[in-house]
Amino acid sequence: MAIVVNRKKLTFWERLYLPVVIGGLKVTGRHLFRTLFGGKAVTMEYPEQKWTLPAGYRGAPYLVKDQDGDTKCVSCQLCEFVCPPKAIRITPPGDSGLKPDRTNAEKMPLEFEINMLRCIYCGFCQEVCPEEAIFLQQDYSLTGLSRSEMIYNKEKLLSLGGEVGGIQKWKLKLDEAKAQENFPVKV
Amino acid sequence: MDWNFIIFSVVKVAVVFGALMTMVAYSVMAERKIAAWIQDRPGPNRVAPPFVKYIPILGPFLTRIGFFQPLADGLKSFLKEDFTPGGVKKIYFWLAPAVAVIPALMTVAVIPFGSVMGAQKMVIADLNVGILYTFGIVSLGVYGIVLAGYAANSKYPFLGGIRSSAQMISYEIAMGMSVIPVLLIAGNLNLSGIIEWQATHHWLICYAPISFIIFLVSAFAETNRTPFDFAEAEQELAGGYNVEYSSMKFAMFPMGEYAAMLASAGMMVTLFFGGWTLPFWGLDQPAHSLGMGLAHILVFIAKMLFFMVVFIWVRWMVPRFRYDQLMDLGWRRFLPLALANILITAIVLWLRS
Repeated sequence: MAIVVNRKKLTFWERLYLPVVIGGLKVTGRHLFRTLFGGKAVTMEYPEQKWTLPAGYRGAPYLVKDQDGDTKCVSCQLCEFVCPPKAIRITPPGDSGLKPDRTNAEKMPLEFEINMLRCIYCGFCQEVCPEEAIFLQQDYSLTGLSRSEMIYNKEKLLSLGGEVGGIQKWKLKLDEAKAQENFPVKV
Repeated sequence: MDWNFIIFSVVKVAVVFGALMTMVAYSVMAERKIAAWIQDRPGPNRVAPPFVKYIPILGPFLTRIGFFQPLADGLKSFLKEDFTPGGVKKIYFWLAPAVAVIPALMTVAVIPFGSVMGAQKMVIADLNVGILYTFGIVSLGVYGIVLAGYAANSKYPFLGGIRSSAQMISYEIAMGMSVIPVLLIAGNLNLSGIIEWQATHHWLICYAPISFIIFLVSAFAETNRTPFDFAEAEQELAGGYNVEYSSMKFAMFPMGEYAAMLASAGMMVTLFFGGWTLPFWGLDQPAHSLGMGLAHILVFIAKMLFFMVVFIWVRWMVPRFRYDQLMDLGWRRFLPLALANILITAIVLWLRS
C-alpha cells in the first residue's frame, strides 16, 4: 500500500529561504566560536595526545625483568615455537653459554629477537610463557626507517619492557634447596 | 607617451597583483581553517619551516593558525607531475586554466581599493564604464570552466561544464538587473564615482537592500561557491570540470575561484558598502596624507575580508542546490524581483526629483 506523505504547506516567510539561512549561519557560527575560543575541538591531536588504552590491550610484546632487575626469560623457546607468524627467534646460550643473572635459573637467552614487522599481537607468547617473562604491552605505533631496525633485540626488548613483578619460582626453589641443605630440622 | 602614468600603472598593477595572489593563498588557508572550526576541528596546524620553532611565542602561534600552510600547498602544486591524459583536446585543455584565472584578475583592475596616495588615484583603471566592464569580464570566467569540461573529454568534467553553462544563464541576468537601482541612485557608472556618492550620502545598502541580496546570491553563483557549486560538486561529480587536471594547471582553478571571490567581495564593498570610506574619523574624504591613503586601503581590505569570511562561512552551512533550482531562483524569483526593484526605485527617484 502506498503511503502518502503530505508535504507541509510552507508559509510565505518560510518560502523566502532567508530565515533558514540565518538560522544555519547561527548554528555554524556558534560552532566556529566554540571551537575557536572555547577550545571545544573534538580532534585528538595524535602524537601529542594519545588514547588511554584499556587494561587488557594487546600491544607490542616486550621482555620484562622481575622486581630485582633480573631477566625473567629462561630461554625455553616455547614462545618461539608457538608464535604463529614466526616473529620470535631465540638463540639459546648453548653448552658454554651465558650464565643466567640470577641463581637457580637454568639459563637465559643469548639473544632474543622479535621481528615487529611480523608480529601479529596475538598474545600467544604471553600465554605460553611459563616464567611470565614476556608481556604484550601498551605500545601500538612502532615505526622505523628500515626492516632491520624493526627487529628488536634482547637489550631493546628488556629496556622497553620495564619491570613486571610477580611470582619468583627460583626464589621458592632456592628456599627449598636451602631448607634441604639444613635438612634435619632442629626440633 | 606619458611616462609618469605608465610607471605608476605598472607599479600599481604589480602591487595589486602581488597582494591579490597573497590574499588568494591565504583565503585558501582561511577556508580550511574556518571549515575546520565550524566542524569542531582545529584545522591545519603543523606546517612550519624548521627555524620557526626557535621563535619564542610567535612561532608556535603562527604554526598553530596554519600561517605556513599556503607555502606548503603552493610548493606541492608546483612539484606535482603535470599529467596530460591521453584523450584530451590539448589546446583547450591548456587554455582552460588560463581562461579561468585571467578574467578574475582583470576584474580587479577597475575596483578602487583606496582613495589617493600622493597624486595617484588608488585604482588601476579608472574607467567611466567600470560596472559594464566588470560584468563583461566576469562572465568570461565561466568559459574557463566550460572549456575545461569540454576539453577533458570525460564524463564528469563534461557534466560539470554543462552545469556551469546552465548556471551562467540563470544568474547573470538577475545579477545585472540587480545593480541597475544602484546606478539609478548614484547616477554614475564609474566605480570611483559611486564611492564618492556614498561618501556624501549613506552607503547604498541603505537605499537598495534588495539589490544587495540579489547581488550577493548571484555572486555566490558566479564564483561557483556552495550552494551553487554544481560545476565542481565534489560529492556527485568528484570535482567536476577539474577531474582530469593535475599540478599547477589544477591549482589555477582554485586560484581563479578565490580571485573571483575576492573580486566579487570587492565589487560588493564598492557598490553597497561604501568602498574605502568609513562614515567616521574623517575617513569619508579622499586622503590628504600618505597615512590616510594607507588607512583607506586597509579599510577597503577589511571590508573585503569580511565578505570573504561570509563566502566561506556560507559554504559550510547550506546544502547544494540542483541546477534547475538555481534556474528557478534566477528566472522566476530574482528576475521579477529585480525588475520590480528597478521600477520602484525609478518611481521613488522620479517622485523625489
